[in-house]
Amino acid sequence: MKIVQVRRISQVFFFLMFVWFCIVSTVGDRLWQLRGWPVNWFLQLDPLVAIGTILTTHTLYRAILWALATVILTIIFGRFFCSWVCPFGSVHHFVGFWGNRKKSMPQKVQLNKYRKAQCIKYFVLIFFLVMSAFPSLAATLQTGLLDPIPLITRSFNLVLLPIVDRPVGLASVSERFYVGAWLTLAIFLTAVFLNLAIPRFYCRFICPLGALFAILGRFALWRIGKNQSECIDCKLCEQSCEGGCEPAGSIRISECVLCFNCREDCKEDIISYQRRASLAGEETSPDVSRRGFVLSLVSGILAVPAVRLSNKLGSNWVHKVIRPPGALSEEEFLKRCIKCGQCMRVCPTNVIQPGGIDGGLENLWTPTLNNRIGSSGCQYNCTACGQVCPTSAIRPITLAEKQGHGEFAEAGPIKIGTAFLDRNRCLPWAMDKPCIVCQENCPVSPKAIYTQEVFNTIRADALTVKKATNTTIETVEDNLPLDKFATGDYYCVAEDGERRKIAANTENSIETSPDERFEKIPAQGSKIEIQVRLQRPLIDIEKCIGCGVCEHECPVSGKKAVRVSAEGETRSDDRRLLLKS
Amino acid sequence: MTDQTSENFGRREFLSRAGKAGISIAAAGTVSYLLYDNKGPKTGIDTEELVTLPDFSIPYQQGQTISIVKGPDRVETLKKAIELLGGIERFVKPGEIVAIKPNVAFASPPMLGATANPELIAEVVKLCYSRGGAKKVVVTDNPINEPASCFTLSGIGKAASAAGAKVVFPKNHLFKHTTLAGGRLIKNWPIFFGPFEKVDKLIGIAPVKDHHRSGASMTMKNWYGLLGGRRNIFHQDINTIIAELAMMVKPTLVILDGTEVMMTNGPTGGSVSDLRRANTLIASTDCVAADSYGCGLLDLTVPDLPYLAKAEKAGAGTTNYESLKPIFATVG
Repeated sequence: MKIVQVRRISQVFFFLMFVWFCIVSTVGDRLWQLRGWPVNWFLQLDPLVAIGTILTTHTLYRAILWALATVILTIIFGRFFCSWVCPFGSVHHFVGFWGNRKKSMPQKVQLNKYRKAQCIKYFVLIFFLVMSAFPSLAATLQTGLLDPIPLITRSFNLVLLPIVDRPVGLASVSERFYVGAWLTLAIFLTAVFLNLAIPRFYCRFICPLGALFAILGRFALWRIGKNQSECIDCKLCEQSCEGGCEPAGSIRISECVLCFNCREDCKEDIISYQRRASLAGEETSPDVSRRGFVLSLVSGILAVPAVRLSNKLGSNWVHKVIRPPGALSEEEFLKRCIKCGQCMRVCPTNVIQPGGIDGGLENLWTPTLNNRIGSSGCQYNCTACGQVCPTSAIRPITLAEKQGHGEFAEAGPIKIGTAFLDRNRCLPWAMDKPCIVCQENCPVSPKAIYTQEVFNTIRADALTVKKATNTTIETVEDNLPLDKFATGDYYCVAEDGERRKIAANTENSIETSPDERFEKIPAQGSKIEIQVRLQRPLIDIEKCIGCGVCEHECPVSGKKAVRVSAEGETRSDDRRLLLKS
Repeated sequence: MTDQTSENFGRREFLSRAGKAGISIAAAGTVSYLLYDNKGPKTGIDTEELVTLPDFSIPYQQGQTISIVKGPDRVETLKKAIELLGGIERFVKPGEIVAIKPNVAFASPPMLGATANPELIAEVVKLCYSRGGAKKVVVTDNPINEPASCFTLSGIGKAASAAGAKVVFPKNHLFKHTTLAGGRLIKNWPIFFGPFEKVDKLIGIAPVKDHHRSGASMTMKNWYGLLGGRRNIFHQDINTIIAELAMMVKPTLVILDGTEVMMTNGPTGGSVSDLRRANTLIASTDCVAADSYGCGLLDLTVPDLPYLAKAEKAGAGTTNYESLKPIFATVG
């Protein structure tokens, strides 16, 4: 079999594997659900994830060790990942090939020529790595914005899959929603359609992971090159060159993505994958100008302090940014989150949403809870997000830790925020209507939402007794709405304060049930009032964990009458609300 | 290429173009004519095609309307309770399709008692198949929390499937609008209709739970799971909506599980300390009667739950369960 065919099989295999992992990232034990599928494998193979988190945290978290395998293979063989494994690369490869397949050979050679701008990806890499390189000062991991694996992971999981799966329902019982998914899709499609202008546009010009591989592959033991210095200079080898690495001349090893098209296209068998350097000469180092290098270095050094000038990690922190349970303190969280969206994908209730820049630039696409979306806030008996997080930006907590049981009893439950009641919007507080849906749904025991019983006189003139027995009162007025007070929530109060539950009413009479007899029959001509019994919700801040199910279920569906904000979250002591007991 | 200098050619070209223009104008005119609307958009809510939930009840049999069985093992008490009412054969005929509506409201493990007990569900499913000869048994609910998590964590999904039942999750297309005759709240309101549309019998299974707003959540409150849409607004008038649900749903049989009763912190619970053992299981064809007995397990009386009297007044059942001559028994 030809090596390009093996390469194609490898690309299809890994692409399908990637798609499969996207599909099965649903909590459950069926074959097409999470069970034990290594759904983070591509993210863990990604050395940019590894190096980024090593720079910010000086540790290599668990299965990201897989990246070592990629690094070793790259050091030995060159940028194999780009053309053999990378699912994003395969998409570009295919679209670039398909979109330009009818062009003439000279046009193709023109498309696939080396361009000076291919050095931009090195600047992108330098910029991002410098941003994460000084954790003792201020570091933020922003590689995920353009790192191809997180990029395609969130594009598939948060945009394409929900759209495709909507009529099928394989990946989720309920419809999935992701705020701002349009931006993710726009970036994905832009990257894909740019292949029509220049094949593998993203890989050649932007991809910071590709840039990293280029640097790692400098000393590759095997590399593409000419096995003789003379050739007829037909340029056939450059017509399908995926990397734009000039195999016809002095090949640029750093740009070569090991597609093997040149070897395939060379009719003279001059190009081979060999141990010795190309006999026509080769460029092993990336073509990076000193100016560009310094510029990206300086921008990277200045970027973090510049972003942090808005003080979003200090007193100007954004209370709307509610992180999933187990998330590290904001500063540590930002050192690890790669914006892959796995937590948003796996969250059974769909409450974890991609953050926007309203939470600060660094917040973009990081997990943020939105209780207005999804089925029921952060589910009490669930820790899925932390289990799936590839970098431990959200720690893999146990239920006992989340709920503060067992050995965590002393530490208490993990609070992700605090519910605040808006008494100006709450039905029982502001409008004298019974409700307490929030109390009903509060999952902790004892409930963090408790109630206060009050009897409020309704807005109406006092009624005058015309005739009365122990259980019926006929009124002089005859304008009561029929059976309006028969709901079990309304009471009739006599002048002496005796209060009885109303069972039925007509326009001019009120009836109590037999067990609600007036001991003293209201006198003729005396006044009676109608009261509504209200259970007004109150929040016990010591018990509230900020799960947001109250906010989700609140029937005041526009601006909710109970809303969670991040005050009191246990992950950061400086956002504490109460004194320690 | 058009040769504009040639007069002949220009005329032919003009005629051809005029023909195409004519067709375009005719098409635009036809579309405008067909779509012309001189009334403007309708205001108000569209009345959807309304459906009515079928009547699943079976003929009344004196002295066999309610059975109350004491015992610590809910599977045993269940078997006894059904046997005392005439056996499952009275409720399920061979070849019938049975829907079971357990309370699966929350994503909570069985030990916390916030949802119907999975062993109970499994046993009812088995009885329907083995003794009742049912063709198919469907287990379904429209939970408050995320449906898949609720069915998984409550253990009901697995128990039901293992016993051979089909678990149906709520999906948008399964909801249809209904209006309850004589109802005040259920008017043109979406209900979880799909799973019940083509079944012959309906069995409701609910635990006995404290419920702060309504007083108690039992077999009648269990029908709340059939409501779709923004059902939370009905909490403003909880007694009426529960009574209307009892009017709307006419089940074949309801099972009220008071083996362990959630005394406090309901309906979610969250701690085993919220539960109290009452070792009681009630089977009845009358949910009002079942709940009227069941409220005693929560130390409540019938007047504490105004929805009971309301449902009785509407003809959905009787609060005076004594009048039905309940069959009492003890197992184990």
